[in-house]
Amino acid sequence: MFNSPSIIVGLEIGTSKVCAVVGEVNDEGALNIVGLGQAASRGVRKGEIVDVPKAEDDVRAAIVEAEKMANVEIRSVYLGVTGAHIRGFNNRGVHPVVSADREISQDDMQDVIKNAKAINVPNDNTVLHAIRQHFLVDGQDGIADPVGMLGSRLEVDMHVVHGKFNRLQNAIRLVKGMQLEVDDVVFNGMASSLALLSNEQKEMGALVIDVGGGTTDYVVYVDGVVKHTGVIAVGGDHVSHDLAVGLKVPLSRAEQLKIEHGGTFVDDAVRGRVLPITNEVGLPFKEVNLEHLRRIMSLRLEEIFELVAQDVQKAGLLDYLRAGVFLCGGVARVPNFAQLAESVFELPVTVGKTNSISGLKSALDQPEFASAIGLVKFGSFKHRRRDVKASPVRGLKQIFTRILQRTNLI
Amino acid sequence: MNPELTKSGAGNAVRVKVFGVGKAGVAMLETMSQGDFAGAGFVAVSADAASLAASSALEKIHLETKMLRGLGTGGDPERGRELAEAHIAQFKTACVGMDAVFIVAGLGGGAGTGMAPVLARAAKEAGALVLAFVTLPFGCEGNRRQSQARAGLEQLQAAADGVICLPCEKITQLIDENMSLLDTFKTTTRLLLEGARGVWRLLAFKGLIPLHVADLFSLLRDRHAESCFAAVEAAGVTRAREAVEKLFAHPMIEGGAALTESEAVVVSIVGGPDLTLADINHVMDQIKAQSPRAQVLMGAVVDEKFRDHLALTVIATRRARREESPITTGRVAPLAPGDETPGFDTELLHRSATKKPASRGASPLSPPTIDPREQVLAQQTGKSVRARKTPSRSRQIPLPLEIVNKSRFDKTEATIHNGEDLDMPTYIRRGVALN
Repeated sequence: MFNSPSIIVGLEIGTSKVCAVVGEVNDEGALNIVGLGQAASRGVRKGEIVDVPKAEDDVRAAIVEAEKMANVEIRSVYLGVTGAHIRGFNNRGVHPVVSADREISQDDMQDVIKNAKAINVPNDNTVLHAIRQHFLVDGQDGIADPVGMLGSRLEVDMHVVHGKFNRLQNAIRLVKGMQLEVDDVVFNGMASSLALLSNEQKEMGALVIDVGGGTTDYVVYVDGVVKHTGVIAVGGDHVSHDLAVGLKVPLSRAEQLKIEHGGTFVDDAVRGRVLPITNEVGLPFKEVNLEHLRRIMSLRLEEIFELVAQDVQKAGLLDYLRAGVFLCGGVARVPNFAQLAESVFELPVTVGKTNSISGLKSALDQPEFASAIGLVKFGSFKHRRRDVKASPVRGLKQIFTRILQRTNLI
Repeated sequence: MNPELTKSGAGNAVRVKVFGVGKAGVAMLETMSQGDFAGAGFVAVSADAASLAASSALEKIHLETKMLRGLGTGGDPERGRELAEAHIAQFKTACVGMDAVFIVAGLGGGAGTGMAPVLARAAKEAGALVLAFVTLPFGCEGNRRQSQARAGLEQLQAAADGVICLPCEKITQLIDENMSLLDTFKTTTRLLLEGARGVWRLLAFKGLIPLHVADLFSLLRDRHAESCFAAVEAAGVTRAREAVEKLFAHPMIEGGAALTESEAVVVSIVGGPDLTLADINHVMDQIKAQSPRAQVLMGAVVDEKFRDHLALTVIATRRARREESPITTGRVAPLAPGDETPGFDTELLHRSATKKPASRGASPLSPPTIDPREQVLAQQTGKSVRARKTPSRSRQIPLPLEIVNKSRFDKTEATIHNGEDLDMPTYIRRGVALN
């Protein structure tokens, strides 16, 4: 078989790059990253595809590179999506338990979850994720699994992430047009948080901010469950754009200046310093004030954090983030990015590393690959669940083969 | 400018009286009398016996007729006005010999709204310069109080030389929502007092760089409607820089946004004998850079107590927005609501209409006989006859905003967050100047 079910691919069509990560689930269920392909993205703005042919080319390039590296053929992908239209909210579903003995059954649980998903989503929107938080039985909070309990009224708190159907469909159509299956569609912020956080950190409460090229996605975990998600369509592109406007240089030059001389603070080392920049033939072209560069950058980045902080504060969750704030995305490479976040949030801040996954060290350490790796991790969860749900016939078969193998060995 | 006034100002003995009018005014006066307003006389004016009794002011004027039965004006400004007219002689005697009179009041009720304009007129007739510090009621206090306050404000503007007005609505944006009512009122009082103190310092202490009082008043006239104050202090070697940083961090200044929008900025700098020109320069450069459209007035004062310290008070005013156009009641004519676009034509007109300084004794700075209607007419028709008489005043005003090409985000949906276009560079939206 070419595409054995143990190969999981995450594909992120980002604003600055398209990135495909190949993961392999071994027999023990552990995930190993075996391949990575990326290509500069030209057809995406603010996380959404604006130029289909260009985006198609870039996706193809990334997929081919990943295939080469992992030496597999990619048939299906977990697709990461983002965009300003994606919203998250908490919803409560209610379901009366009608059985005579008042015992809550599996069906009751499914029904209440369905109710919670259905409400409140606008017509042209579709639900991306519906994440169960806690069940309530007769108003009693914090129940993880109500099946088998007695009660007359079953409720469930869900976190529902939804987005505009048509705009999500753009990315899916593009991938499907390339003879690739889409296993599932995942919100990028959610994927990043899966890659970055351990279960303990989710339990303690954490905020993951993925500052990408075109959007800033963030997810809040409290008590082990997702409590809040959001997208702000501002990212590294805006920083470059600001620099291009403020320093009066072309956008490509601004991008380069950002990468080479960027920083989050205006410190004494840059005060009053100017930077000569040369044109394409190497002659001096103009001078750029380094202090201005830093000031423009720090204002924009600080604003991004402030917007996130305001939103999380509005949700009333800022005081529950005991594990602190975790940063990822390409912008997290800016020097002192974490310090800036610390000054805004007044919480411990770390630039997230994807731990709890083994594999390519070069990929795991980079903050910009967090969401693509998270997609693979999301896939591995689904994969595991599918194994559990395997048919009884197949289960029997497995037992028999194992017995046979054992007898053979002996 | 006014020779008599400058003389008395330099003489370090400006005689000032502070009048607290109405219940809110008396309460504010109480706080004020505990602050450093050394040398000022305090007078409490009210129709309500109870609030007067609680006041510690030296001088009290109790306006009383049998009609009221000691119950105050009952929130009716007309009654307050009648009462004050009846006692106008008493006001005049209280104001005799004063160089300046500060009126502190909360508009919206009966006493403050009705009496303050009458008091202002009386004080002016007695030969004093009149500067009023008033608050507008909170939105939740109801439309009636709002419209009364607006009407009172207009009357006060016509009568006083200068009005600094603090809408309480503005405060609600600053305070924590859990703040108690009592603390909220305290905050309001404190903010108003900061403004008063800044002006007081300019008047009372020896001016190193004197601020012409008439200039100040003509600046405040017709621009009020929305003012914000900030008073900050800093010490040490880097005090100038620190003070400016604190100023921009001040909640009322909104990170410099208030300055950018303002059309007139008054800066009072108080320092010790070690105050350097570099300090002043630094402060003024920053403020000027922040408020390109505003006319900036500055005064510096040296006080022995402020050795190694620097106190900075900034009063920024801007014209009211159109939706806040005053509601006309009674005999009050609609006053200029201000042009929507802050073009400098109107500014010139305004100034030319009001900037007719005359000697204080003979006629007040700006005769109250100027019909507000005339002003409006002159503005709307663009009849700038008088404006042309002062061509030296006209200056090129820089465009408020750079036109930014959104090239990178052309094809995308604009990122609008709370009415702000986030695609626009942050430094432009926040008005951070890159020189």
